[in-house]
Amino acid sequence: MSGERFTFTVDGVRVEAEPGQTVIEACDAAGIYIPRLCHHPELPPVGHCRVCTCIIDGRPTSACVMPAAKGMVVENDTPALTAERRTLIEMLFAEGNHFCQFCEASGDCELQALGYLFGMVAPAFPHLWPKRPVDASHPDIYIDHNRCILCSRCVRASRTLDGKAVFGFEGRGIDMHLAVAGGHLDESAIAAADKAVEMCPVGCIVVKRTGYRTPYGRRRYDAAPIGSDITAKRLGAKD
Amino acid sequence: MAKPKLATCALAGCFGCHMSFLDIDERLVELIDLVDLDVSPLDDKKSFTGMVDVGLVEGGCADERHVKVLREFRERSRILVAVGACAISGGVPALRNLAGLDECLRVAYLDGPTVEGGGVIPNDPELPLLLDKVYPVQEFVKIDHFLPGCPPSAETIWAALKALLTGADLNLPYPLFKYE
Amino acid sequence: MLPSEPPAADLPPSPTGGAGAGIAEVVADAVAVAGGARTRLMDIVQAAQQRLGHLSEETMGAIAERLGIPPVEVADMVSFYAFLNRTPKGRYHIRLSRSPVSLLKGAGEVAAAFRQVLGIAMGETSADGDFTLEWTNDIGMADQEPSALINGTVLTQLAPGDAATIVGRLRAHHAPNALPLFPGTGVAGSGLPHAQIRPSLVAPGAVLFREEPPLPGAGIRAALALEPDDVVRQISAARLRGRGGAGFPTGLKWKLCRQSPAEGRYVICNADEGEPGTFKDRVLLSEMPHLMFDGMTIAGYALGAREGVVYLRGEYAYLWDSLHKALRARYAQGLAGKDILGRAGFDFDIRIQLGAGAYICGEESALVESLEGKRGSPRDRPPFPTIRGHLQQPTAVDNVETFACAARILEDGPEAFARLGTAESTGTKLLSVSGDCPRPGVYEVPFGLTVNALLDLVGAPEAAFVQMGGPSGQCVAPKDYGRRIAFEDLPTGGSVMVFAPGRDVLAVVREFADFFAGESCGWCTPCRVGTTLLKDELDKLLSDRATLADIRALEGLAQTIARTSRCGLGQTAPNPILSTMRNLPEAYEARLRPDPFLPWVSLNEALKPAIAIQGREPVPEDQA
Repeated sequence: MSGERFTFTVDGVRVEAEPGQTVIEACDAAGIYIPRLCHHPELPPVGHCRVCTCIIDGRPTSACVMPAAKGMVVENDTPALTAERRTLIEMLFAEGNHFCQFCEASGDCELQALGYLFGMVAPAFPHLWPKRPVDASHPDIYIDHNRCILCSRCVRASRTLDGKAVFGFEGRGIDMHLAVAGGHLDESAIAAADKAVEMCPVGCIVVKRTGYRTPYGRRRYDAAPIGSDITAKRLGAKD
Repeated sequence: MAKPKLATCALAGCFGCHMSFLDIDERLVELIDLVDLDVSPLDDKKSFTGMVDVGLVEGGCADERHVKVLREFRERSRILVAVGACAISGGVPALRNLAGLDECLRVAYLDGPTVEGGGVIPNDPELPLLLDKVYPVQEFVKIDHFLPGCPPSAETIWAALKALLTGADLNLPYPLFKYE
Repeated sequence: MLPSEPPAADLPPSPTGGAGAGIAEVVADAVAVAGGARTRLMDIVQAAQQRLGHLSEETMGAIAERLGIPPVEVADMVSFYAFLNRTPKGRYHIRLSRSPVSLLKGAGEVAAAFRQVLGIAMGETSADGDFTLEWTNDIGMADQEPSALINGTVLTQLAPGDAATIVGRLRAHHAPNALPLFPGTGVAGSGLPHAQIRPSLVAPGAVLFREEPPLPGAGIRAALALEPDDVVRQISAARLRGRGGAGFPTGLKWKLCRQSPAEGRYVICNADEGEPGTFKDRVLLSEMPHLMFDGMTIAGYALGAREGVVYLRGEYAYLWDSLHKALRARYAQGLAGKDILGRAGFDFDIRIQLGAGAYICGEESALVESLEGKRGSPRDRPPFPTIRGHLQQPTAVDNVETFACAARILEDGPEAFARLGTAESTGTKLLSVSGDCPRPGVYEVPFGLTVNALLDLVGAPEAAFVQMGGPSGQCVAPKDYGRRIAFEDLPTGGSVMVFAPGRDVLAVVREFADFFAGESCGWCTPCRVGTTLLKDELDKLLSDRATLADIRALEGLAQTIARTSRCGLGQTAPNPILSTMRNLPEAYEARLRPDPFLPWVSLNEALKPAIAIQGREPVPEDQA
């Protein structure tokens, strides 16, 4: 399906892309990291988190859903966008009940890693302290809804990769929440090996008896910031 | 010229941040050359005699006395620093926010599984009243700097103190910037 | 073929929800009426609710099974809409219209009267299961507030004294079907006081509401004399722009839609008139439905579409019967269906889709999602609906008034239309005027009218501020009353709320913040979380605890939400704050506290629960 390759620029750097690629896909391939939270390369993009908002041809646009086009001018790494992305992360910290200090995902958590990347020291907003349940009914998996950021990775993965439709959303606005088919995990078709479990970016969907196995210092984001794997491609190519 | 003054306090927390502070080990000697310690659990000084240059607050606000201590620290500190997850976000004590004060007291003192016979909610006038929620300190007073971590490591605290006492920028290197 | 009748409208509702066997039967019927199509889930759940009273887990499960879709998809959809009930509600569901205008007309006092008469709080259901009392957002009666919906019936111009009469009358009847359950089927027959809607048209104009009654089909006849491309050219020549508020050139939209290669194309009329303060589409739908249907049919001819859908907001369910009557007449007269007006091969069917209480469905891509039986969350664009819209086919979604204008353009010729208005905003505009003015109602005026001139027309020259374009529009202060109502100056979808001196603009802003927080679809972070945070920050301001730093933070948050939100709702939700900060800064200055810092919470407030539990006051200062 590949047609004529074309180029566009990101912060002044020329990026090559092929038809059908989104801005974020083309940038990933080129070793330019656009911060993101709900996006996952194996899933259809849906634009929930807005962390990948860039200024594209003068307009704020979500890079995960925007098709790349010839001659596009993209601003990505600017102080103004970093401030805006930090505000989005602060909103998510205020919305849920996030306790990094005892969370199994700490060190591997993409929400936390983005907080580090953007230099979030304290949420700028009062916590909303919602009342959310923990579902530990399944023998191998539990869900702590306090940590859900409504990224829909599990919803999408369960449908498109696991073929199960275990997850969905319910409600709207600030009351929107993740729902499990059958009401509880043990009544759903979920299994610990499901992609829906693996792709949770935070500590919301957790495989039991696997927590805290990686020592402090060797976890995904202990030494280097999130996105380093992507930027390494470009830096590596230069060497 | 007099040395800068440093004060510390622990509100609703576990004293882990103070323990981490002590973990700077032999650099404590260096610190004593840098500052005079004012009100702090470390020297057991109970009341301020004047302004201090840097105040460190560990823990969030869970009761009325925490708010009073915090306000006094704000009034007396030129630079007030929130140290650790509890001060910044409420931390583990804030888990009670997910249940509410009423239910917490009821389960802890009246109908919890460990309560034998008819329980009673402690109500001595000496006891400070609890707040409806556990609050981060920045929801009650203006905070100048935040040192995240649970606790912030000794390295983090040392790096931050040195920067604050020498007037340098407080830019923590990536490995020292942690929420846990 | 005539499109489907209202689902199961004449069947008596079951007050308690029915037994298991009942559910299976009801679901089977509802799915069969919808032809087993998953895309008709909205009709299916409404039909089931009509008979069962609410949509239990069991009912939703049965629907999912029948349609062969995951149960989470049904729950996702049902939980999204305000008028779909997952739990049993009272047989009489009283929904009081809430907006700054209804409140200044006394809706708060009416609500208090209902609370007292029923002995329940807002949001509750009476113990006998007879009544549920709730607020709902503006129901499109801003010129005759306070208003309410009871099941499908609209009540207007209520006074506190009416509450006892209404409740008494409903209790006395005590027939389970004294009023139709949602969706309602008409105003008549309820015998309730104030169950009537005053004619809203105050000032007819040169294009839509003229002296002579409209001749159904006149525009279609004119269109059929032209090639479809030329019809699009006429619309472009008239320089018609979308009347919903955004002002996209209609001719261009039709051209893009026509150019998109496709198996089928769709024409959708956006009658989800949800912007608080607007009710002009309701008046068109009531008095000139043929003009709208003509416009849709002309679009069908121009675009090569065979199917049109009117997406009617759930609040306007009472128009269901009259609109279907008009449609039946059109089929009888050859203005709809096969070989329209004798033109062989020109087939165009129109059906009406009833919404279920979601402001966001006025956004065109959310409307399309809703029309496909899903939650009304907007889509990412590109692709735009003109390329991939309803059922992934090219779709033109236009406002009721836009279609009515299109019909007139074909009837009168584009020159007559383009002569009216301004250079960039041709024709006339329907304005829905409400609030502090002696002559509220619908005014058809040429574009370019100044705010001053409009305020003279409605009898409110002394207005302190005017909310133009609804909450998502902007707040205009007297210094700007010389500005013109036009896309190039002061754009509006038609909502004009007038406020007299003495009204607190920040209370109005706070009310709008509540509106957006309640109507956010939840899909994206900035809108889902940000609209609630805006509300909290405004509360801090209104409780006189805001410092300059707080105001700056509020402005920054508002800008971030506007810039990063996924659709128009989030992008415009901060407008009430940003436009009042710009145009009425003195309102903020008056609330501003000089302190460098003030906490979010006062210690006294935070101690209240403990004082209540412990039964003693705080420890005195000297002991602390």
